[in-house]
Amino acid sequence: MSATTTKSSRKGTTGGLPDWGLLLVSALVYLFLYAPIAVLIFFSFNSTRSTQVWTGFSLEWYGQLLADPTILQAFRTSLTVGVIATFIATVIGTLTALALSRHSFRGRTTADTAIYAATVMPEIVVGVSLLVFFVSVFIPMGVELGITTIVIAHVAFTISFVTIVVRARLSGMDRSVEEAAQDLGASPVQTFFRVTLPLILPGVMAGGLLAFTLSFDDFVITFFVSGVGSSTLPLKIYSMIKFGVSPVINALSTVVLVATLFLIFGGSRLLVRKEGA
Amino acid sequence: MRERVAKGWSLGLAALLAPVTLWLGLFFLVPLLFIVAFSFGTSDVYGGITLGFNPGNYLRVFDPLYLEIIVRSFGIAALTTLICFLLGYPLAYFIVFKGRRWRNTLILLVMVPFWTSLLIRAYAWVVILGGNGIANKTLQFLGLTDGPVNLIFTPEAVLMGMTYSYLPFMVLPLYAALEKFDVRLKEAGKDLGASRWQTFLRVTFPLSLPGVIAGSILVFIPSAGEFVIPDLLGGSQTVMTGNLIQNQFLQSRDWAFGSALSVLLAVLLLGAIMFYIRRVGSDKLEGA
Repeated sequence: MSATTTKSSRKGTTGGLPDWGLLLVSALVYLFLYAPIAVLIFFSFNSTRSTQVWTGFSLEWYGQLLADPTILQAFRTSLTVGVIATFIATVIGTLTALALSRHSFRGRTTADTAIYAATVMPEIVVGVSLLVFFVSVFIPMGVELGITTIVIAHVAFTISFVTIVVRARLSGMDRSVEEAAQDLGASPVQTFFRVTLPLILPGVMAGGLLAFTLSFDDFVITFFVSGVGSSTLPLKIYSMIKFGVSPVINALSTVVLVATLFLIFGGSRLLVRKEGA
Repeated sequence: MRERVAKGWSLGLAALLAPVTLWLGLFFLVPLLFIVAFSFGTSDVYGGITLGFNPGNYLRVFDPLYLEIIVRSFGIAALTTLICFLLGYPLAYFIVFKGRRWRNTLILLVMVPFWTSLLIRAYAWVVILGGNGIANKTLQFLGLTDGPVNLIFTPEAVLMGMTYSYLPFMVLPLYAALEKFDVRLKEAGKDLGASRWQTFLRVTFPLSLPGVIAGSILVFIPSAGEFVIPDLLGGSQTVMTGNLIQNQFLQSRDWAFGSALSVLLAVLLLGAIMFYIRRVGSDKLEGA
């Protein structure tokens, strides 16, 4: 089918819009997507405080960035929260995906709906409802708002995404290998760890990568459940923007952008290689 | 063919589902029930709350001051969705049918901004639209304005930031829907004498509807509940429901009213989605 696509598009006869119109619109949309990011990166190297007028190249703002211990602390918090939340969400999400794709049971539709409902619920509603819950239940129990509540919240909103990603992987899987293992006398647990898990690992890792990115980037939900003591990187960036535009934020944004790109490309490379093996 | 799907409940199945039930039950469902309960409570001046059955929080929404904010939120969300569709459809179409061997690279280029922090993308617009920023300089360079005009803290700035942030959410499902499309159908249309526009309107577009529906939902929901973008780009002039809710919880400390607003937002959004899917036809969603 993809061969047909290539052939007929080469003829250049298919389409609703004239080709040059399509090309122009698409080029402008790409410009729209990338120009703001380019401007942001460009002015992170400016020699003066201005984020509007180019005065010369310097690395001053990157120096200031490294000199600010609160930024490094926020980065550490984000990393800690991201790693713990990703681990828990990936385990729970994978188990859920296994249950939903391999069992048919009463209540499965309800379970499915619940999983999707958790992904479409507006973030602000999730954030304030968790705030209300933590303040009413956790604080009387002596658990203050902080890293614990942030991790709990991040796991809650990322489980569904992991489930959806892992499930997509499971649905395309050949089960005869697992059946062979069981016929050869492997227990269900042995079959899972020796056969199923290695086969679905790319999906599990993709789900984990998505969970980590969502956790690391989350602002709205974290904003409500973080309390006063702990600040994640997005919370720190937000308070810096609120304080005023500064090239330090541009420098920090550039670092975060580059790190995210490395994570995605590194991650997808890893996944492609695993899948090829 | 062997039985591939286990039927009915078993101990193993219960073990697989127990963690998700506990976690989402305790930290997703129960908190939602809390705000439903709080929304019928009464806030006192100290920020405390008395539970009961007080419909007053919901009635307060009809105050023109609040009603305007809610209507504005849904209006901005609808406009964002429309603009994303108008920009995203030609782009997805271009990538699928004209992208040739760059197809994967082109779609990856749409996904990269989607993976980067929303906060950073909003900040980029704060810089561009703010003061005598690049947007103002461009306008003056093009001779459209004589001096710097106020661009930030306007509804248009919010619209710009939202379109920018959510455009990938529209393009990705459209791409997925168009990619599955069998080009022979278009050729058949052409062979039967349909013009390019006729083929597009009668064949290609109807078949891409699942992508249009999925994309619209993915853009509309976060836009209607958005809080960061209007906070940074809208200022006090373009307050949206998200900002109003945040204000009730963190500044005014009127949790009962804030809860009522949150419940209303969730119900209105889910209602809008259900109406939309019914209207366009749920059968069309199956391919998405």
